[in-house]
Amino acid sequence: MSDARAPGEDWVLRTNKLSKQFGDRCDLCRSVDPSVLERNFCPKCGTVYALRSVSFDLYRGEVLGIVGESGSGKSTILNCLYYDLEPTSGEVFVRDFEEGQTNIFSVSGQRRRHIRNHVLGKVYQNPVHGLRMRFSSLANIAEKLIAAGNRTVGDMEDRARNLLEHVNIPTFRMKEAPANFSGGMQQRVQIAKALSNNPPVLLLDEVTTGLDLSVQAKVLDLIKQIRRDFEISMLLVSHDLAVVRMLADRTIVMLNGTIVERGLTDQIMEDPQHAYTQELVYSLL
Amino acid sequence: MNPLSNYAFLDESSKREIRRATLKAISIPGYQVPFASREMPIARGWGTGGLQLTLSLVGKGDRVKVIDQGADESVNAVNIKKLVSSTTGVEVTEFTASASLIQSRHRIPEEPLQADQILILQVPIPEPLRLYERSEAATRKLHSEKEYSGAYLILFEQIMRYGRVSTGADHPVMVNDRYVMAPSPIPRFDNPKMDSSDALILLGAGREKKIYAVPPHTRVVSLDFKDHPFEIESVEGRCCRLCGATGVYFDELQDNETGETFYQCNDTAHCLSLMNAEDGV
Repeated sequence: MSDARAPGEDWVLRTNKLSKQFGDRCDLCRSVDPSVLERNFCPKCGTVYALRSVSFDLYRGEVLGIVGESGSGKSTILNCLYYDLEPTSGEVFVRDFEEGQTNIFSVSGQRRRHIRNHVLGKVYQNPVHGLRMRFSSLANIAEKLIAAGNRTVGDMEDRARNLLEHVNIPTFRMKEAPANFSGGMQQRVQIAKALSNNPPVLLLDEVTTGLDLSVQAKVLDLIKQIRRDFEISMLLVSHDLAVVRMLADRTIVMLNGTIVERGLTDQIMEDPQHAYTQELVYSLL
Repeated sequence: MNPLSNYAFLDESSKREIRRATLKAISIPGYQVPFASREMPIARGWGTGGLQLTLSLVGKGDRVKVIDQGADESVNAVNIKKLVSSTTGVEVTEFTASASLIQSRHRIPEEPLQADQILILQVPIPEPLRLYERSEAATRKLHSEKEYSGAYLILFEQIMRYGRVSTGADHPVMVNDRYVMAPSPIPRFDNPKMDSSDALILLGAGREKKIYAVPPHTRVVSLDFKDHPFEIESVEGRCCRLCGATGVYFDELQDNETGETFYQCNDTAHCLSLMNAEDGV
């Protein structure tokens, strides 16, 4: 191997003690003892602890699954990583930004945009959040390229057409706005947009939820193919264990804002240790 | 002059507030300065922003010219001129060269402006990113971070749809390499006149409550792409049927009976002065 880094040091994204709470906190919940919380909120002041000191590494080329019930903090992680939410505390390092030496929350708005446009791509559950519905599909993909400094229409159009072809959008519909597309097509345009700048890290938030089964299969196939073709690391949030089992190498199980179990996906599916994980796995139809 | 009105209609403190906003706008070229837009005796959207700028600046020695779509004699221009002259008693004029304040909608005069003149443009939508982002709070943040991919995206979308940039007017410009600005709905033909202009250019949006400015000798660059450079409307092969001028911005007219298309200077004052020169007036 040409990579001289020690095993375990080949991370592309490192999350260290990420916390996010909504509310003012009180004396009761400021105490370090997490047992005062009722599920993930403080019974006295109502402060919600969406994330409590979450740490994990994402390695090069791997797909890391994040599972858990609604409100467990899965999407909050992705929202913080993509700057849609400001975390209350914690650090995140990205290998492709200043060699992973700088906490990405410590930098200015302009550099945050740089990270969003060059290092990360995100696919939202609802395409409304990831696309400009009234702009053409080509322009949607060009948006990220423009933001990254490209000023040549011909180049951007070629790149956008390539990507849209890759996600099976017919050529004659590329100039159409995603508002006219079906949910599955919108999701595929969103994936193409997220890939436009070859980001080393892709964030996928419930990408197949709400799609019918045959379309789900197409989107999952696409993700597998992208992973093979581009060697992108992915964080895959889903409450659908079947999706995670199919795509993820490793899996994190979340409950009430904390990680309760982590390990190889097969291990977690076959031999769950934590009571909640057992419940989750056995409820799989 | 109407003795019952304040000088220049507005009360002194209003004028001072507008002038203060104007000064700020001049010191930050292209930046939209909010101001407390007043109720005016014309409807919002009919040039109240420009009118308030004119009224806050007009002094005893000034000569005011008002243009609407290039014409000095259209209803809106005439009404604004009447209001200015009846509340101040200053002279109004049609000759570009002899005016000290020029309020305009949709055009920058053909005659090059001088250092002692001020051009005031009426603006309907001052935010160049509005089509891309609806929220004012969000567009302000984009301006503060100099994040203008939205302005380029709007142009890119036009190229995708129509094969070329289709801004008939209000083509966005970069001012002093810092702020992207809506130049008001002037035709692309007039954009280059803003670059390093000798005259001060002020822009007022009454409904949107914004004032912004291009100070004299400021660099103004129209946004474009490397393979789609900015171009003004072509006026080649056209000439004015009244004065014979070429290389100016034209109105296209059609004869209802013969169906024949002909062109005429859009700037009526410029046309008149050319015809006068021909006749030796």
